[in-house]
Amino acid sequence: MKRSLFFLIPLLAFIVLAAFLLRGLWLNPSEVPSPLIGKPAPQFETPKLAAPGEKFSNRDMLGKVWILNVWASWCGPCREEHPIWNDFSRKNLVPVVGLNYKDQDETAVRWLREQGNPYAVSIADHDGRVGIDYGVYGVPETFVIDRTGVIRYKHIGPMTKTVLEEKIIPELMKLGGRS
Amino acid sequence: MRRTLAALMLALLAGVTHANDATPTLTDPVTAKREVELAAQLRCLVCQNQSIAESHADLAADLRNQVREQIAAGKTDAEIIDYMTARYGDFVRYKPPFKATTLLLWLGPALLLMAGLLVATRIVRARRTSAVPALSPQDHARVEQLLAGTDKDAPRS
Repeated sequence: MKRSLFFLIPLLAFIVLAAFLLRGLWLNPSEVPSPLIGKPAPQFETPKLAAPGEKFSNRDMLGKVWILNVWASWCGPCREEHPIWNDFSRKNLVPVVGLNYKDQDETAVRWLREQGNPYAVSIADHDGRVGIDYGVYGVPETFVIDRTGVIRYKHIGPMTKTVLEEKIIPELMKLGGRS
Repeated sequence: MRRTLAALMLALLAGVTHANDATPTLTDPVTAKREVELAAQLRCLVCQNQSIAESHADLAADLRNQVREQIAAGKTDAEIIDYMTARYGDFVRYKPPFKATTLLLWLGPALLLMAGLLVATRIVRARRTSAVPALSPQDHARVEQLLAGTDKDAPRS
């Protein structure tokens, strides 16, 4: 009796290991969970795109649910997700602020003219400091920020229709998005 | 021949020095060493199997600049690591902290070793108890018979 249980140990060990490996198959190693979710969005004040005299701060959005979309004209996947933002902005759900990350104003403005401009406000992060504060490591990235300025959701990589409809929009509804 | 070989060696050497991309711009060797040491402990998030000291990614260069600036501003190593984990999570650390969620990570190998030792001792012990018992006098008699070829039951060849 005791002996037969003893022989179950390797089998159990195998099952545990297999379960971990199986779980790993559906994880995306390039998606690092952000420690910023549920925390106040880091403070910043940065010039608007192509208008270095005008400043924009995340405090300006207090009282509103909003989306911060980090993009760059040099980023291929940004082009891929852009039509989704163009469509989204037409719905007028919440304002989308475009943070132009480590880019040149001139090329960024030209890119927006070609691809369409879904952003309520466009701001520039020339040296990538705002990006570092927001833990940005792969453009495009998208943050959902609530009325009190707390980050509620983060999506890394190009936005897809599925993520937008199944994650972002429900989150906005929960936060009472239509502002 | 010798000359070409020397030239080749020089070219190789140039490549090696060029690859050393964590070259600090700080002039003070002590802080420069700290910068490289810190950068080697931080994972580059773009190319996840490299530290920010090794990586060529833009972000790694930016983070190295951050490390350098913060050293210059008099921050301690712990403060700089905290700054990075506040933004990118524990994932940026090559040496993860010891806490509830990383218990399995830290203790797993020790647990596996203990389990292995347990299995090994049980196997050895089981072997010892089931060791072949000494031959009885009857067995000896039978062996004698078999060797002498006088065994009645032995099959004829």
